[in-house]
Amino acid sequence: MSFINYLSREINCKIVYYGPGLCGKTTNLQYIYNKTNPDAKGKMISLATETERTLFFDFLPLALGEIRGFKTRFHLYTVPGQVFYDASRKLILKGVDGVVFVADSQIARMEANIESMENLRTNLAEQGYSLDKLPYVIQYNKRDMPSIAPVEELRNLLNPQGVPDFEAIAKDGDGVFDTLKAIAKLVLTELKRGGAGG
Amino acid sequence: MTNPQMVMYEEEFNQIQAIVDRLVREANAQVVFIIDKNGQLIASAGETDQLDTTSLASLTAGNIAATGGIAKLLRENEFAAQFHEGEKSNVHIQLVGNRVILVVIFGHNTTLGLVRLRVKKASEQLNAIFEALLAKVQDPAHETPFAEITDDDIDNLFND
Repeated sequence: MSFINYLSREINCKIVYYGPGLCGKTTNLQYIYNKTNPDAKGKMISLATETERTLFFDFLPLALGEIRGFKTRFHLYTVPGQVFYDASRKLILKGVDGVVFVADSQIARMEANIESMENLRTNLAEQGYSLDKLPYVIQYNKRDMPSIAPVEELRNLLNPQGVPDFEAIAKDGDGVFDTLKAIAKLVLTELKRGGAGG
Repeated sequence: MTNPQMVMYEEEFNQIQAIVDRLVREANAQVVFIIDKNGQLIASAGETDQLDTTSLASLTAGNIAATGGIAKLLRENEFAAQFHEGEKSNVHIQLVGNRVILVVIFGHNTTLGLVRLRVKKASEQLNAIFEALLAKVQDPAHETPFAEITDDDIDNLFND
């Protein structure tokens, strides 16, 4: 649910990074944070456990520039990927305008990817959203790891509907901004159609 | 989709701002702010200069969402109010009309009782404004200014 403020001429949108545990959601946000001009970002907040696993969410507010005199601001959130934090994941999806699914390319994590994607569909449905109608992109992360599945196989498994998808090595930044730009464009396009959250 | 879009116009904003300004004075509070349940800051008043209001808004919304989750598990409709007690400042958080969150930060120069009393009155007034705002947004005649956006406008945003 985007928030349009006519007074301050701002448009605020919420993007959620979803995916299985340790797939690199927080790493995506950290890279964006480190590479963004200080004027364009707020503080990054990570509610994490003592072992640096996301407990509730990470949050990064980002300003992307003006469009027709309106400042566009994106609030990026990650969910905790670990299976048992499902109640928290549901909460973070509330009011979402766009979803990035971060998949782990390692063959050993295929089941976890599929399980997490099914979980995303279920949790969105509970909030009255459908993944097929929401701005949505997929990132195949960890392309630098030794035992990874070919992109074609990942596509067949995770992206039968053919949404925009990107290969990435989030820790080095490869593909991180391509993914962010793609989801931001889709969200704004949806807003243009008058569909965002409406 | 389920949630109607949150939109803020000058007229309603001024009404809301007047209420939060008054609440700061009448409750003797340090800061008052209003955020929507998704963590977007709507209005603020008081000593906000030293505060990271964006982060506060997001964390408060997360807090309210988590509390709402607990309420659901306990088969409660909601826990409408929360109070956090600190050494120097205290925080009172009130859910207004299950739609927006009213946060009051206050020190030792006032009391929780006074804050609660003033919050109750302000909540009723705010609820009426947000009801009216929602009706306005849902009016079929309401048009988004973004219908005019072109694909080029969107592309230009990403030209480095």
